[in-house]
Amino acid sequence: MADGSLSAPAPKLTPGFRASLPVLFLLVAGFLAPLVTVAAYAFATPKSFDVFRSFTLQNFAAIFDPQNTVWTSFAWALALAFCCVAILLIVCYPIAFGLNKVFGKWSGLVSVLFVFPLFVSENVRLYGWVLFFIKNGVLDGALKWFGFSGGPELLYTPGITLFGMVYVYLPFMLFPMTLGIAMIPRDLVDAARDLGAGRMMIWREVELPLAMPGILIGALLTFVLAAGAVAEAKILGGQSVITITQDIEVAFTYAQNWPLGSALALILVLIVSGLALAAMARLDLDKILGKR
Amino acid sequence: MQTVGRTRTHFLIRAWTVFVVLAIYLPIACGALAGLSKGRYFAFPVRIFSTEWWGKTLDSFEIHVLVQNSVLIALIVTVLSVLFAFFGALAFARYPWKGRRAFQRLLLLPIFFPQPVLGLALLLWFNALGISPSWKTAVVAHLVWIVPVVTLVIAIQVFSFDPVLEEAASDLGASRLFTLRTVTLPILWPGIWSGALFAFLLSWGNFPLSLYTAGADSTIPKWLYSKMVAGYTPMVPALGTMSTLTAAALLLGGGLIRLLIRRRAELRAREG
Repeated sequence: MADGSLSAPAPKLTPGFRASLPVLFLLVAGFLAPLVTVAAYAFATPKSFDVFRSFTLQNFAAIFDPQNTVWTSFAWALALAFCCVAILLIVCYPIAFGLNKVFGKWSGLVSVLFVFPLFVSENVRLYGWVLFFIKNGVLDGALKWFGFSGGPELLYTPGITLFGMVYVYLPFMLFPMTLGIAMIPRDLVDAARDLGAGRMMIWREVELPLAMPGILIGALLTFVLAAGAVAEAKILGGQSVITITQDIEVAFTYAQNWPLGSALALILVLIVSGLALAAMARLDLDKILGKR
Repeated sequence: MQTVGRTRTHFLIRAWTVFVVLAIYLPIACGALAGLSKGRYFAFPVRIFSTEWWGKTLDSFEIHVLVQNSVLIALIVTVLSVLFAFFGALAFARYPWKGRRAFQRLLLLPIFFPQPVLGLALLLWFNALGISPSWKTAVVAHLVWIVPVVTLVIAIQVFSFDPVLEEAASDLGASRLFTLRTVTLPILWPGIWSGALFAFLLSWGNFPLSLYTAGADSTIPKWLYSKMVAGYTPMVPALGTMSTLTAAALLLGGGLIRLLIRRRAELRAREG
């Protein structure tokens, strides 16, 4: 092998390909290889560690068995993720618009305020909400202090799980959306206004289509992350909802059934990556990130 | 009529943004409050404030080990991810090459991936390789997620970089290394600095990847989670607040240094 490569003239590598090699190596060894391992485990004998040595569809048969209720976890995860995206679209649009056109010199500071929570681990932030909503917590205590009978019991419900997801994934919607709105050329909006278009019409016919790539990336990113979320359901939701990632985790840890966990993970990954690849194929990253 | 409508819309947008920002920081404030109140259990309004739990947290040997682990992991992740991402960003944005489109998409995949699932997949992979999980495997796990983010941060800077400058330097007889040191690096420096800051802070605060891939070693977010699930003590919000303040101080300091670098570069450009 070594001799062959020495005697033959080495193929000329383009500078771009050479520069990509370290990252490519990392992604192959740290991202693709683990996924291949998961796929291999998914076809191994249940409750065994016979990866690459056995091939069976029993894990999938167990998941798709009508007796099995694991589909409710899938349904919860996808439904919560869908609601989370829908709410975040509405919550973030005015802020993203403001960052581009209203806040002026303040937008830098406002952006930093929205970035900073990303550096505080989500369990710390979610636990802060527990302290807010818990009995004798900030909300309950404040209402009692004002003479009310106490706060509503919101903790440990599916609704609060959704709230936690909206809270944690907000920056992942906001920033792609802001980049998307930044792609709207001002003259185009002015031209539409000069030609007599109303505000609603400008928004629908000019602004929204031009900002769509960014909005789409934001929606996709939040959907994918929310579909695999687990901390919100555990910390805030008190396991009133079992998401699919929690099922996967249980299979990997307490149940010691790695093949079943892998089969569940594989199905989730297929759903998520199918969506991600389909949307990414239609996007031009050069345009969104800088080359105008 | 039109301007009245516009001012009203702008006012509503400002009010909504302020409301959302306050909501984002509310739980962090609740944590700070709980860490500073006396007594084993939190109750609002806080009757007696005390620094008792802050003191206990600062004195705990267990917590010293956690902080050391978190700092060590974050520092190694920062250095390695900047090295990886610097070249990654050049491939992403600087050179036109055949596989660039595919490379850009592949790079985004780990970001578009639920982190807990990535952590579990890595756990399986380390096991298949016969590596027992420890803080070292957590470094690898952090890299898989953080290198793509840092690459994007640096790539944004690379997009604004004119390759003609590099070509001019080499036409004038500068060696590759000399061009890199005197032309490429100074221009990309703000992006690299931001990328390093992002790498450190994202690793410092990461919870899902550390949870599954750090094995018996613990980091600050991982320890906090284990205490949240079973065995709450006010040390949990106290340590959480300390960790948040550390991140805030780093972000502030990093931002100031970046500003200084830019000032100096502008000054130099004006003189030259």
